[in-house]
Amino acid sequence: MSSNDKRRERMFASIRAGLEAYAPTNRQRAIDARMKSPPAPLVPQRAQKPLAEQKALFRGFLQGQSATVIEVASKAEIPKAVAGYLRANNLPLRVRAGADSYLRELDWTSEPALERMEGRAIGSDEVGLSRVTAAIAETGTLVLASGADNPVTITFLPETHIAVVEDKAIVGGFEGVWEKLRARFGKGAMSRTVNFVSGPSRTADIGGQLVMGAHGPRRLCVILVAE
Amino acid sequence: MNAPANLVVETTSPAFKENAREALADRQLQQALSAVAPGLAARRGAARDALPEFETLREKGREIKNHTLANLDIYLELFEAKAKAAGSHVHFAPTPQDAREIILDICRKANAKVVTKGKSMISEEVGLNHFLEEAGLKIVETDLGEYLIQIRGETPSHIIAPAIHLTQDQVEQDFRRIHTTLPKNRVLAEPAQLVSEARGVLRERFLEADVGITGANFMIAETGSTVIVTNEGNGDLTQSLPRVHIVIASIEKLVPTLEDVGTLLRLLARSATGQEISTYTTFSTGPRRKGDPDGPEECHIVILDNGRSQLLGTDFQEVLRCIRCGACMNHCPVYGAIGGHAYGWVYPGPIGSVLTPALIGVKSSAHLPNASTFCGRCEAVCPMKIPLPGLMRKWREAEFAGGGGPALYGLGLKIWAAFAKRPRLYHVAARFGILGLSALAAGRGAFRKLPFASGWTKHRDLPAPQRRTFQQLWAEQKAGVPR
Repeated sequence: MSSNDKRRERMFASIRAGLEAYAPTNRQRAIDARMKSPPAPLVPQRAQKPLAEQKALFRGFLQGQSATVIEVASKAEIPKAVAGYLRANNLPLRVRAGADSYLRELDWTSEPALERMEGRAIGSDEVGLSRVTAAIAETGTLVLASGADNPVTITFLPETHIAVVEDKAIVGGFEGVWEKLRARFGKGAMSRTVNFVSGPSRTADIGGQLVMGAHGPRRLCVILVAE
Repeated sequence: MNAPANLVVETTSPAFKENAREALADRQLQQALSAVAPGLAARRGAARDALPEFETLREKGREIKNHTLANLDIYLELFEAKAKAAGSHVHFAPTPQDAREIILDICRKANAKVVTKGKSMISEEVGLNHFLEEAGLKIVETDLGEYLIQIRGETPSHIIAPAIHLTQDQVEQDFRRIHTTLPKNRVLAEPAQLVSEARGVLRERFLEADVGITGANFMIAETGSTVIVTNEGNGDLTQSLPRVHIVIASIEKLVPTLEDVGTLLRLLARSATGQEISTYTTFSTGPRRKGDPDGPEECHIVILDNGRSQLLGTDFQEVLRCIRCGACMNHCPVYGAIGGHAYGWVYPGPIGSVLTPALIGVKSSAHLPNASTFCGRCEAVCPMKIPLPGLMRKWREAEFAGGGGPALYGLGLKIWAAFAKRPRLYHVAARFGILGLSALAAGRGAFRKLPFASGWTKHRDLPAPQRRTFQQLWAEQKAGVPR
């Protein structure tokens, strides 16, 4: 028996000794059933509104959390929105994105000055571009699942993060995210990271005063695509 | 349970009274505390009001944690199996010593020199930094607050705002003292400039680290994931850039499913900082996958017990519901007056007053459960509805049963009891006492000074009694006497 196995046994013995006092013996079956179909959680009213209202809620919360929100009518307008945001903020026209085919296949020829690099982010990258797996109206939150199409470093290393949100990505509450994740990865499985992002990085650790850009991005720009 | 557990982190809890006295006289501390703590409480109130379901969610959260704790062995097995299936190594640490040695061993095998760390109270509990530094590793705290206290050689004074005791001026002085390669005449007048400097310094550490250590707010049995919640994004750079990611978490962080995590997330940030949700919530499941262009090659999860399993099945099991939001300390008049360091061990405030005796023994921490007026605000705001005052009372009982407490307390209580058992005598004595005090007050509403009461009057006025006892007033009101 390895030393980890021995320590494991000690811990389980101690836990079971404590539970023995009141725990019924046939707990396993009840737990299996609960894992299979968890009790329906209490979903706040605000997370159960129709899509049009969800979109407004999502935008409102995100803006309240210091993100910029740009709305475009179709995905054809994304390159212009990206370049426009970078120019308006005096940022370099160079973005890092993952191997996401949706982003790759956009018509970037309309913005010839905009340089795009594919792959994980490195320390010198200034702008990251991602497409989200889901967007939560309840809290104004982006959900990004890691992988070749969406390297996690893009979300955290560059000073500016631009995220594309399609209409179909918007869900009312957290429950909609679990549904999407289970549909994509299977029940009980996840990508290595699933990141909830609700604004640019911030800290209040110095004198309780809020400052943006602690370690992650200083700016977050969300492009809402109405299709 | 009263036997001192493996105490690897020194405690100054036995000196709580002296600590508190010093804290009250520390002007810088008082300035720092008054700048932050009241705001946190107000923001929590606003966040609660903005979500009509909040109070019901607290009840649901309590049920989830109770259910998980009552089946902790099964959920731990499920979590272990899922985490392993995702490629994580799962280590079991019954004691702090086990946790430290497991982590050092992982670092050694990875040939680590630089280790970055996200915020973790469990790592404080096992004294991890000191231990790894002794072994020759360079440990860098990356949460800004944790970094500030690390460069000062201090410990956190709050579980979510570890540097709440520091003023902006102190931070500036420390940065000038530590960041010696930067120009001496640089301007550091604004918090944004200080944050920017720390960002630059720590960014280099992130990129050079061999191992990244984070804590966990939750461990999910359904997926084998660990979850961290931050506002800075430091935890993500800590776990995504180095070759090895180590998670250190205690057993009560387990939750069954994603649905359950959702409920607890709806409570956590609102209770902690009054945010709808923290800026970053990250679910991590195993090491880098095939085809992933980034992420750690190894993922280790170290699960700590440190006496928690011995609380199962006892009155103190309820404290294991804690999700470490800090609301109890943000609303505590005692914490607000003295800050966190005075409590003398890892966890301050009301939760610390209940948890510390459980983890290091009530003998050395008996002052903590006594440092409460039982005003009840902590229980009123606790998202997990932990009956903190009731549990503090249980520790007082345990201390008394163990013959603890100073002799003068015992004498005072005996004298009081002698009167309390004789209601008439009590009433007469109370009348004389009140008459005497109101005569002394001579029309003033409160005393600024009073013999034998300096412990009270040094930091606040003592209200003068209103000439009649409660019972007299009660009798008069019943008889319809106009006041």
